[in-house]
Amino acid sequence: MRYIPNSPQERAEMLREIGCATIEELFRSIPEKFRLREPLRLPAARSEAELLAFFRELAARNAAATEYAVFLGAGAYHHFIPSVVEVLISRAEFFTVYTPYQPEIAQGTLQALFEYQTLICQLTGMEVANASLYDGSTALAEAVLMAERLTHRREILMARSVHPEYREVVRTYTRTLGLNVRLMEYDPETGSLQARTVTPSAETAAVIVQSPNFFGVIEDLEAIAARAHEVGALFIVVITEPISLGLLRPPGELGADIVVGEGQSFGIPLSFGGPSLGIFATRERFVRQMPGRIVGQAFDAQGRRGFVMTLATREQYIRRERATSNICTSQELCAIMAAIYLSTMGPRGLRDVAEQNAQKAAYLAREIARQSGFRLRFSGSHFNEFVVHSEHPVALVLERLRERKILGGLPLERYYPELRECFLVCVTEAIPRSAIETYVRVLDEL
Amino acid sequence: MRMATYPEDCLYTREHEWIRVEDDVGVIGITDYAQEALGDIVYVELPSVGDHFSQGEPFGNVESVKAVSELYMPVSGEVVEINEDLAESPQLVNEDPYGDGWMVKITLSDPTELETLMSASEYEEYVKEERQKEK
Repeated sequence: MRYIPNSPQERAEMLREIGCATIEELFRSIPEKFRLREPLRLPAARSEAELLAFFRELAARNAAATEYAVFLGAGAYHHFIPSVVEVLISRAEFFTVYTPYQPEIAQGTLQALFEYQTLICQLTGMEVANASLYDGSTALAEAVLMAERLTHRREILMARSVHPEYREVVRTYTRTLGLNVRLMEYDPETGSLQARTVTPSAETAAVIVQSPNFFGVIEDLEAIAARAHEVGALFIVVITEPISLGLLRPPGELGADIVVGEGQSFGIPLSFGGPSLGIFATRERFVRQMPGRIVGQAFDAQGRRGFVMTLATREQYIRRERATSNICTSQELCAIMAAIYLSTMGPRGLRDVAEQNAQKAAYLAREIARQSGFRLRFSGSHFNEFVVHSEHPVALVLERLRERKILGGLPLERYYPELRECFLVCVTEAIPRSAIETYVRVLDEL
Repeated sequence: MRMATYPEDCLYTREHEWIRVEDDVGVIGITDYAQEALGDIVYVELPSVGDHFSQGEPFGNVESVKAVSELYMPVSGEVVEINEDLAESPQLVNEDPYGDGWMVKITLSDPTELETLMSASEYEEYVKEERQKEK
């Protein structure tokens, strides 16, 4: 949005035009007691040079991912981003558009979004994907509402190993709707959800599982899907680390009815927490209950291919309170970044990155487990994250690592009180071998 | 323009649904005027057999290339059958609104509600007024 300044003379002209003698008269509908009588307490104006120096100093206080070795994951991942992503996304045609309501002037944007949807379908093994939602957590909450619309059932079964903040968002969405969210415990040995402990009923709208789960452990999706489908419940799969799809079988092949997740790993920088990218894909037969915006391929009267927003008749700006969902927007720029990233990597490149993540994580996990006082908490297979149990206080371990410019992991006590002695470690391809070696040396010195 | 038709054996609502009662069962659809106003119909969302609706309550919706519109129950009743063919062939509503394009069959819970509906000639007059308003 542009800041439009105006002079005292222009203000006087505008007041005259609308028939107000003073600015006070314009604001008379605001009760007296709410009006500010003295000037705002603001610091004195600074020169441009002073402002730049001020913000440079402020920015220098941040700990950037370029300066530290980041072993943090838990829903936001530090991956290498090829330069081509930033170059292409900075083109004005992509960077400045908002909503492609007019297909006749937005074919490039629409086609890029269509390609994004196609890539998401291929990766997840699903039939339709929308043009994205805000982030992974709101995508999950929308999936829950969609399951309720499709099944007219009121109970949701969610694994406790789903990202704790995603679970919070689901609670926020469902609290006032009278939906009952029941949590399913993880197995304390493996860290995974055992299919036999999944007990949906004829009242269950959906069973929700994350894989790899919050502990990095890969779930047996096929077995859990079967449990859900036995009673006619939908199976929702959450993915917070979509790089894993370079190696793991797509959830669509394992019985998922809805796949949601976070797409930040696909070429989108961490940026201190956003913006990110909500992935949403489902079966074609459910498309009319899918939230968000969808771009479709169409043909004009001369048979030429084109792209248009489709099913918009069910969106909120047209259907108001009867709309499928409150969401009628998308993270367009981030979705296009993901499309560029995935096109750049290609199937083999994505597989390579996924393998590097898995191998580096396996290497560090093995090395940590060899240090006295440390062991892996769970025995289940993991991708690029794993939980470490420490006999030393977790805060002390992480402090020692931080002194060596290493962000060593996420303490789990805040989310799982029973894992007070544990922290979550993530290793991506962006971690140099030297940092892994320093990590191990620090633990050894404890 | 082709003249829209309104069969004598149906009763009509102000929301442009029709109902034809045969042996205690009411067959319900949308009128010729409605299908023409909506344009090409691409999807019809219907309730499940056994669902109960009061008079005037929405029981589904019809999606055309222009809009998604609610369907309203002409009288109270329980759904005993839905037109499964509309899932594959929603254009039947455009082609044959009073025949193959029917939507649901219901058992009436209060047949006296039929008295609140319009006859074919009353509806024709009502549509004329609606068209007048459009102009």
